[in-house]
Amino acid sequence: MLVLTAIAVVRMRSLFAIAMLSGVFSLLSALLFVTLDAVDVAFTEAAVGAGISTVLVLGTLALTSRYEKPTNRSPALPLFVVIVTGAALIYGTLDMPNFGSPDAPAQTHVGPDYLEGSVHEIDIPNVVTSILASYRGYDTLGETAVVFTAGIGVLLLISGLSGRRRRDDEEESEET
Amino acid sequence: MRHHLILRVITKLLVGAIMLFAFYVQFHGDFSPGGGFQAGVIMAVAFILYGLVFSLHDVQQVFPPWLVHKLIALGVLLYAGTGVVSMFLGYGFLDYGAFTPDHPAHGQHYGIFAVELGVGITVTAVMVAIYYAFASRPPRLSDEEW
Repeated sequence: MLVLTAIAVVRMRSLFAIAMLSGVFSLLSALLFVTLDAVDVAFTEAAVGAGISTVLVLGTLALTSRYEKPTNRSPALPLFVVIVTGAALIYGTLDMPNFGSPDAPAQTHVGPDYLEGSVHEIDIPNVVTSILASYRGYDTLGETAVVFTAGIGVLLLISGLSGRRRRDDEEESEET
Repeated sequence: MRHHLILRVITKLLVGAIMLFAFYVQFHGDFSPGGGFQAGVIMAVAFILYGLVFSLHDVQQVFPPWLVHKLIALGVLLYAGTGVVSMFLGYGFLDYGAFTPDHPAHGQHYGIFAVELGVGITVTAVMVAIYYAFASRPPRLSDEEW
């Protein structure tokens, strides 16, 4: 299903349909995360990927044109790059431990300490929250700073520009 | 926008429920999936939905842009401030045991509550700010072209 949606996104020309299909893609990957027992991630994916980013893409779409421009360039080079990258990624997964394997590095490093310690050190049932906010509090502070920076960046790029233009217009109207 | 009666009525009903759900995700994140990031996004969705169905002007009266811009910084400040307070109490940065030294687990609860609130505020404000930034530009496509 994921692959089918991705192919449909690539083949289509109508940007509106593509925006909708990317929402569908996010929802399907959220289902995939649920199957992998990563409920928190699935939650985020469904809310951000399927909800907000679809709205933002539609908002952007209103500022541009409705259809993608057809290109005359040959798809050979991009296709080659994609195939090489895909092959490298698949080659990388060959060395990965099996899903749920008990001796995977993720299960043997600090994971067990967190799982055992969380009950009496933090005393909250959702281990994801205790790891996110307490054990790895620095990382989450960094993530929040990233969100903050992203917001400031968008504001500077979009609102800042329009503000300056408005000021320019005012100056021009004052001059004339 | 005077048309779309059904959309407007349903939105008015749903906005409250969405916000309530956001608070549930925010403050019940210790016990069930969820936390600041998800709650922030859901809270932002409530405002964005209101803005989509009614108008940007209406939602900006409820949640003015200057407040959004302040809240972006306030969330990060709340998060980092929690760490600084625990430092002043003689513990490490972001060591929540500082808040109740005789029962560290309770301090963890308070600390996690504060930092998740900070995350939630920042994420809500950033999402709404990005939406305002896009929506406040004059669209090049008219409604008929859709």
